[in-house]
Amino acid sequence: MNESNIVLPARRRFLGTAGKATLSAAAIALLAGNEALAQSMSGTMQDVGILNVALGLEHEAINAYQLGAMSGLLQKQVLDVAVLFQSHHKGHRDALIATIRKLGGTPVAEKPLDDYAKALKADTLKSQTDILELAARLELGATNAYLGVIPAFKDAGLAKIAGRLAADETMHWSILSSAMGKPMPMAALTFGA
Amino acid sequence: MRILIAALALAAGAAHAADAARGKTLYESRCTGCHSIDSNRVGPAHRGVLGRKAGTARGYDYSPALKAAAVVWDARSLERWLADPERLIPGQRMGYSVPDAADRADLVEYLRTQSTR
Repeated sequence: MNESNIVLPARRRFLGTAGKATLSAAAIALLAGNEALAQSMSGTMQDVGILNVALGLEHEAINAYQLGAMSGLLQKQVLDVAVLFQSHHKGHRDALIATIRKLGGTPVAEKPLDDYAKALKADTLKSQTDILELAARLELGATNAYLGVIPAFKDAGLAKIAGRLAADETMHWSILSSAMGKPMPMAALTFGA
Repeated sequence: MRILIAALALAAGAAHAADAARGKTLYESRCTGCHSIDSNRVGPAHRGVLGRKAGTARGYDYSPALKAAAVVWDARSLERWLADPERLIPGQRMGYSVPDAADRADLVEYLRTQSTR
């Protein structure tokens, strides 16, 4: 996914061109007595907040795959898949950063690799299976997180983006689970529950 | 009188007995995308959350709204938070909510078990 895939409604494009002046514009609208416009802008900043949480997830995923790739524990074929999935997450990251900026927000910064290693307990990863288990757990968590925030978006176009991100994460989880020989989910509506 | 007693008995039966084991399953499927019990990730670590003032998990970079919130997490405030975070603390960052009251109660019960170890 890249920036050109993101659909921004006309109001969002307008706000995007306003850049970092958006918050000030909301305050001005409120001061001018235009409460509806101020609320609309407030909704935009709520959406930006959710997108920034999503960006945090993507930073974490990119670094998790980096830790796996650097571990020396992955076989060549598995490493190739890990690098491919990492590239998907980089695509998500770039799209989210572009969208957050267009909406007048500030994208959350990536942390140092060591911070992710500590938070994900990378020192406990001793085998390829351990790494695949971690990756699958993160992908499933991201799937459920993206599905879970869809109703919170004020903008339906952004909700659709969350759905598309969830689809990619579900694809990753499915392939990782298959690689580990895990059974398919037997029930319908497994994800996002 | 009998009708009143019967109604009270029905109401008592309908009350949800919070289930920490089910809460753990819910936590793993719904919360671990962003949270861990012992690590600050996209969201703050949850160990010890019950009884903690909002916005004070050590080492986590909270939103200004959470930092300023005069909320101490107990079962009631956590359930309100999970039902609608933005309503409880406007300006916070969590877009995720848990619409079902029984799910919220079970999640809080699980978090309670992680607050006392």
